[in-house]
Amino acid sequence: MASKLTTSNRSGWLFAFPGFGLITLFIVVPFFFAFWLSLTNQRLISPNPTEFVGLSNYERLLSVGVIDIDPEQDENGNLLRDDNGDLVYPRVRTFTRNNPDFAGYEGMREWFRWNSGDTAKVVVATDVVFWKSLTNTLMFVLIVAPVQGGLALCLALLINQRLRGINIYRAIYFMPVVVSIVVVSLLWRFIYDGNDGLLNNILSALSFGMFEGRDWLGNPNTALGSIIGMSIWQAVGFHMVIWLAGLQTISPTLYEAASIEGANKWQTFRYVTWPGLRNTAILVLIVITMQAFALFAQIDVMTNGGPLDSTTTLVFQAVERGYGKQDISGGATISVVLFLMVLTISMIQRYLTREK
Amino acid sequence: MAAIDPSNQGLRLATRYAVLTLIAVIFIFPLVFMVMSSFKPDLQLLRDTGSFRAFLPVGDLSLNNYAAAFDRAPVATFVFNSVLVTGLTVLLSLFFCSLAAFSFVFLNWRGRNIALSIIIATLIVPFETIAIPLLLLVSKLPWIGWEGLEWGWLNSYRVQIIPWIADGLTIFLFVQYFKDLPRELIEASRVEGASWWQIYIKVVMPLSGPVLATAAILKFLVMYNQYLWPLIVVQEESYRPVMVGLQYFFQLNIAWGEVMAYLTLITVPVLAFYLVLQKAFIASIASTGVKG
Repeated sequence: MASKLTTSNRSGWLFAFPGFGLITLFIVVPFFFAFWLSLTNQRLISPNPTEFVGLSNYERLLSVGVIDIDPEQDENGNLLRDDNGDLVYPRVRTFTRNNPDFAGYEGMREWFRWNSGDTAKVVVATDVVFWKSLTNTLMFVLIVAPVQGGLALCLALLINQRLRGINIYRAIYFMPVVVSIVVVSLLWRFIYDGNDGLLNNILSALSFGMFEGRDWLGNPNTALGSIIGMSIWQAVGFHMVIWLAGLQTISPTLYEAASIEGANKWQTFRYVTWPGLRNTAILVLIVITMQAFALFAQIDVMTNGGPLDSTTTLVFQAVERGYGKQDISGGATISVVLFLMVLTISMIQRYLTREK
Repeated sequence: MAAIDPSNQGLRLATRYAVLTLIAVIFIFPLVFMVMSSFKPDLQLLRDTGSFRAFLPVGDLSLNNYAAAFDRAPVATFVFNSVLVTGLTVLLSLFFCSLAAFSFVFLNWRGRNIALSIIIATLIVPFETIAIPLLLLVSKLPWIGWEGLEWGWLNSYRVQIIPWIADGLTIFLFVQYFKDLPRELIEASRVEGASWWQIYIKVVMPLSGPVLATAAILKFLVMYNQYLWPLIVVQEESYRPVMVGLQYFFQLNIAWGEVMAYLTLITVPVLAFYLVLQKAFIASIASTGVKG
């Protein structure tokens, strides 16, 4: 197969070397470097030599525990209640600070709790902020991937009809993709504003004044949702175009056959369009997932992770620690965790969508 | 089912356009708001958000916000830096990535398949996961400049350009495109005694217009919109690009008029560029999908 004419080790290496070398130096090396750094106590600038610390960064990051806390009782064994009639529990710190009976939980803080009977089950973690950033990131991915993928498909189907001027609509739907996410985030900060925000004004006008304005980004219950909405608005056009390209690979004769057979719109979609979009679907899902895991700029511009860490993410924490606090090893450890998650999820997606 | 009479069809068509237009409004309103607000004084800008005036060029319009934005921050420097970094990176990327892809597709050499596999594997490594180790790496790299050997790349143009020249996606796009070119053409040139360099320059490059446009547009979008990387490697004002320059507009009392002026200034040229080359932009995104 290898023709003599095209065999040339010297030219081959020479031509490929600059590109391959740059990728090795700036992507492959840092990638493995991240694993190594996560096993050390490296800082960006430090007078002390770097030491190998094993898995202790991961231990600190990942350690969690559950403490059962019983409500306070008086001398007679009756449960104490506060003015509202709620049970009174001892503070978590009495277990996690200098308590020899709970030595394994030393230094941990409360992440969340639930009640089982009168006993409070308190989940504690050494690095609560990390766990919050992990759950926020997962939440973001789990909502954005299907919603954005689905909306993009709807838009693509809408745009894929023969109508005069349809290209103008396509161009408009795609427009936010060209705009920097930083610019978009700033604009939407204004839209979500609690006082003069456009969204509050629009909702209040649509509901004839029934809707009471709220500070979308200032409230822990709405902040992440607001960022999700904006992120979908910005990126959905990108995936619409990828779906469109997939739609256009489906042969028109298949549609003709379907219409001769008398298939209705849904049947045509279900048995002609969707099977033809298999590969596109896998690609769209993987690309959105990878982009969603990388959530950073929106957070940095809009909320800085707040309020109450309700919007902090893995990348935001990695940068905050690795760059902000110059704790390179801490940032690298989060990066490795992030990469392993991206890898796992894209492998699961590949497995679920494999050729049967 | 309703009978298909002309009025019914007309109604359907009208509904279709109404839906399409409504969605278009959702995608375009923040951008219209941005441009309109950039001409309004702060007080009016905030008052207008309560009505449709927010999207209309009405009231006291002026370029004062633009003048104030230039006073507040070295806007011209930021724009210059962004254009320089983006332009150079796009050019260097097109050259080195196409050269490497040329070698992967047309030449046989030992280690070719392994090298290509490594490059394709980097596609699943998001930049964000290597940003921190890369920061440490570039802070210790050597460089030979005007003053001889120096260490550390932070606060420079090179730190914004060189790590971004080669990437898996660009090489992959070129590889896919080159695979579809007729091999006989290359072998015939070989028989005629052309060197590999001549074949690259005189035979392959002239045939590569579409893929060059695709790769250039994708790289342009990535580079012009850079945020995380320059944020962590450039602290000196004189090297900052436009997106990082935004920080100057966020003091305690945000002057929204100025912010909108700056956003318009750095966004509208890109939007205009996009609208002119709309077909090529969309085709370039689409081609990443079909080939993948």
